[in-house]
Amino acid sequence: MAAPPPADAAAVRMPGAGFVRHRSTQLKEAAFAAVLLFLLGLALLTLIVLLVDIFVDGVGGLSGQFLTDTPSRIDPSSSGIGPAITGTLYLMAVCAAFIIPVGVASAVYLEEYADRNNWFNRFIEVNIQNLAAVPSIVYGVLGLAFLVRGPISLGNVVMAGGLTLGLLVLPVVIVTGREAIRAVPPSIREGSMALGATKWQTIWKQVLPASIPGIATGVILALSRAIGETAPLIVVGAVAFLTSSSVSLLDGQFSALPITIFGWTADSETDFHALAASAIIVLMVILLAMNAVAIWLRNRYEQKW
Amino acid sequence: MEAGTQTTGLTPGGLPPLGLKRRRWGEEIIRALLFLAAAISVLTTIGILIALLADSIPFFQEVGSRFFTDDSWGPLFDANPTFGIWQLLNGTFLITGIAVLVAVPIGLASAVYLSEYASPRVRKVVKPILEVLVGVPTVVFGYFALTFVTPEILRAIGINVEGFNALSAGLVMGIMIVPTIASISEDAMRAVPQGLREGAYGLGSTKRQVATRIVFPAAISGIVASIVLGVSRGVGETMIVLLAAGLQPNFGINPTEGYATITTFMGAAADGDNPAGSIGYESIFACGLILFVLTLVMNVIAIRFVRKYRQVYE
Repeated sequence: MAAPPPADAAAVRMPGAGFVRHRSTQLKEAAFAAVLLFLLGLALLTLIVLLVDIFVDGVGGLSGQFLTDTPSRIDPSSSGIGPAITGTLYLMAVCAAFIIPVGVASAVYLEEYADRNNWFNRFIEVNIQNLAAVPSIVYGVLGLAFLVRGPISLGNVVMAGGLTLGLLVLPVVIVTGREAIRAVPPSIREGSMALGATKWQTIWKQVLPASIPGIATGVILALSRAIGETAPLIVVGAVAFLTSSSVSLLDGQFSALPITIFGWTADSETDFHALAASAIIVLMVILLAMNAVAIWLRNRYEQKW
Repeated sequence: MEAGTQTTGLTPGGLPPLGLKRRRWGEEIIRALLFLAAAISVLTTIGILIALLADSIPFFQEVGSRFFTDDSWGPLFDANPTFGIWQLLNGTFLITGIAVLVAVPIGLASAVYLSEYASPRVRKVVKPILEVLVGVPTVVFGYFALTFVTPEILRAIGINVEGFNALSAGLVMGIMIVPTIASISEDAMRAVPQGLREGAYGLGSTKRQVATRIVFPAAISGIVASIVLGVSRGVGETMIVLLAAGLQPNFGINPTEGYATITTFMGAAADGDNPAGSIGYESIFACGLILFVLTLVMNVIAIRFVRKYRQVYE
């Protein structure tokens, strides 16, 4: 089949066909499309400028030493992100250990057990929706009042920071987990039940294994949101510049990549800005890797029923 | 289901009846544990409320109406502390306002382009790039605003801004909000039934007329929701403002000056040494309460609007 000529061309060639737009109309059409494209391009251009700027500022400072050295406020040349990296790894470990069981269990409950006519179950759903919109610094205040001080009083430790981040990103895991569970067709459940499996056996042996790729994607997305969060960590007392890279879960101060980036950026000595840029590159590479894994998981294990 | 099987006494093969009401305690315990996990999200909300109220109440008892009548904000001063929230609200809404001026045109243009103009292939390339913007940590945007936008753009084009200024923070916050507005608006526009567009084309409308007079009005509730959510994200944003707009409480609408916001005060006060129970410590929670209420109200409004367009077209 020959492709029909584009409408515009036809209009120009056949003036009698009643399809001709006035020249000013054509101009307006083109101008409107151009404005849309320009504005969209502006957003994309800003992103590119941001990435290039950071790359240019920071690439010179990257080295093996930078990754392991302790940060300094005095001498930029022998300064690194060792404590920030170990702190961030510990934070992510605590966060993952919290959000995986709690998030998946919540998703299973809401999809498989909850009676949607029950007001409390509906309330849980609305509540999760609202939690997702609470500013991150408010979670910091929650962590400060309950985990750092108050009833649990862990102090300014990694455990408190990781749990605070966990509460912050829990809605992400629940929402994506529910989608993954919902994508498992009912026939799988019915088949399992028909063979005599109990409800939990069905969930544990059939539904969850089938939805693992979706759940894993959600967990990675949640962690990639948590890893860049700065404001709640400031509130729970993470430290920008630590002199030791060793971390313990329940004892002693901790640092984190975004906090160190913040500290160097906020430093009035502009020599430190390049260090911030180098640390941002490290953070963005980690983020990129996490997102790549999430996309790969989604594509590789996408189940066709 | 189970009720139906219980009515038969014995099955034809003489087997015991199905659905015999045998309580499986293991199953019940699992169900309870799962419920507890789901309830954690409710406990989180309650926890936030308790945390905010427990320290806000003594704050408001001590400060009283000075929260609204004092004309400056300086609760951490040892001598003559002041408690007027207006400066912080001024800063918050000035910077968010600048952000909205940037984000609404760019976000809506992107949404119209992606929904009405872009070929599937273009959309497949552009949408993930916009999503990258969502993934950029806000401290990175803050770095960009302070070290690039202020000196290399604003000053370079001759705008005489202070080192910390609302303009730079607002512009960059606007770019941060673009994906929120673009993606929710695009969803709303794509939910507009094709028949409406075809009807308009049939009457001789151009593409632009269909986009602006048919699709845009039909999707308006989703568009409003996206803007409200964008504003809410801006109001709650901390790092960009903390890095680029400074900590100085200020009155006015001059975007070349620095302004403190609700979030920057919280961040800075929590970073400093304020012993629990001091008025400085409590002021963090009072600000948190104001912030929580503001964003909650906006979110509830946005959810209402989203539900409206879903009800009409889906």
